[in-house]
Amino acid sequence: MTEKIQIEHLTLQYADGAESLRDISLNVRENAITVLFGPAGGGKSSLLRCLNRLNDLADVKTVSGKILLDGENILDPQTDVIALRRKVGMVFARPVVLPFSIYGNLTYGLEVMGEKRKLRLDEAVERSLRQAALWDEVKERLDDPAIALSGGQQQRLCLARALALEPEVILLDEPTSGLDPISTGKVEASLQELKKNYTILLAPHSVQQAARVADYAAFFLQGELVEFGEGKTLFTTPRQKRTEDYVTGRFG
Amino acid sequence: MQSKLSWQEFIITRAIKASGYSAIVFVALIFYFLLREGLPTLGEVPLGDLFAARWYPIESYFGILPLLSGSLLVTVGATLVAVPFGLGTAIFIAEIAPRWAREILKPLVELLGGLPSVVLGFLGILALAPNLRVFLNLPTGLTALTGSLLLGGIAVPTVVSVAEDALDSVPRAYREGAWALGATRWQTIWRVTLPAARSGVLTGIMLGVGRAIGETMTVMMVTGNAPVLATGLGAFFSPVRTMTATIAAEMGEVANGSVHYHTLFFIGMVLFLISLAVNVTASAMVFRSQKRAERVLS
Repeated sequence: MTEKIQIEHLTLQYADGAESLRDISLNVRENAITVLFGPAGGGKSSLLRCLNRLNDLADVKTVSGKILLDGENILDPQTDVIALRRKVGMVFARPVVLPFSIYGNLTYGLEVMGEKRKLRLDEAVERSLRQAALWDEVKERLDDPAIALSGGQQQRLCLARALALEPEVILLDEPTSGLDPISTGKVEASLQELKKNYTILLAPHSVQQAARVADYAAFFLQGELVEFGEGKTLFTTPRQKRTEDYVTGRFG
Repeated sequence: MQSKLSWQEFIITRAIKASGYSAIVFVALIFYFLLREGLPTLGEVPLGDLFAARWYPIESYFGILPLLSGSLLVTVGATLVAVPFGLGTAIFIAEIAPRWAREILKPLVELLGGLPSVVLGFLGILALAPNLRVFLNLPTGLTALTGSLLLGGIAVPTVVSVAEDALDSVPRAYREGAWALGATRWQTIWRVTLPAARSGVLTGIMLGVGRAIGETMTVMMVTGNAPVLATGLGAFFSPVRTMTATIAAEMGEVANGSVHYHTLFFIGMVLFLISLAVNVTASAMVFRSQKRAERVLS
């Protein structure tokens, strides 16, 4: 397995002094689920938002270090941010369905890219909905407003929407925090299927989820990367005391 | 103690209820009054003469068409100015301007909305009209165009203020969702933020248009006050007279109860119906554009 993303000495500070990252170095493998976990305010979301440069639009004071995606530094000001965001899809903690139909949500990303051919759009819609395990539930009503879907369906729609762009990396920021266990199970099952073709970074909303899905896991505490390793080892025999305390539920 | 509290409750509830219902009562009373004073016209002036092209009350010509066309012309012109300009400003303030610029611009625009229209009319007569006359090589600068530009200016703050609030209340998550899909800033504004804010934006536009229709002082000062029926686009560059200006200018010198008096009230009635129609259309549009599911969920 090759390394898709290499993060080298990444440091980030917000203007208001909130959550930040301190000297993070981390390698993310291709075709695996890498889990970023830890208590809130640890820097998981910030790190995810660096990977598709969504942080550009927040009040960031300083960013230093490198993030290499396929060997290219995406923090370089020359980077084509729009192309990057198509390559690195994202799913947010709360499902953000855009105020369109189900179909319109899925094709939005392709349409802003300039894809107009109906056949290609239809194909992308069906493929991405099947990948997100939503096709059977919505195939009869693609023209309904997306807001009418249930919370779990909306979140899978968001996943499908990211997949419709055929990205290479998928970032998921607590994608199941608002979902019931059954919907959560469906999303997790989709992820296991998806990792065959994609590189997945996930900030789970619980340690249990982290342990369930992680191929690799990184423990974040107050902007620091405490420990990184294979999921199995990290959750059973952590090397660091702080990781052990958190994983066993002694704090957090 | 108990009974004192319930007395307070009783009075406050009634007072709030009364002020709520009073709005309906006022509208009804205004309409009743307009009808009582305006409807007799229909008996005094034949319908054909009422909707004729000549307004010259001294010689008993009561054709209101030129006034209607004048109002229409000036309002359409003002809308053409106010909508693009107001929307542009609202989008700039809400989506593009850095925070410090936003904090200066918003109050400034709202201050502009509070300017008395006489002051604007004065500016129009002294600054806008002479320049337009020279620039467009017209016999007079007091034209429908001058009125449109100024009225547009008056409507802009209303449009900006309401539309900006609507844009601002679109959840940040919508924008991030679109950005994360690789949409550019402009694509996000046009396809996601604006549609999401559309009911507020439409309300802003309608309020602005409503303000333009009802505006009196400015148009009276700068449109030249010639009740000539507009027959083509050329009318933009000649003097017109609006319904509001006619009422304001003539009401003071008309004999109470005369045909002229009743006709002026009839014009007021028509104005009332027009603004009613604008408002009903606006809310119908907003209502229809909300999908069934949104209504269920909201």
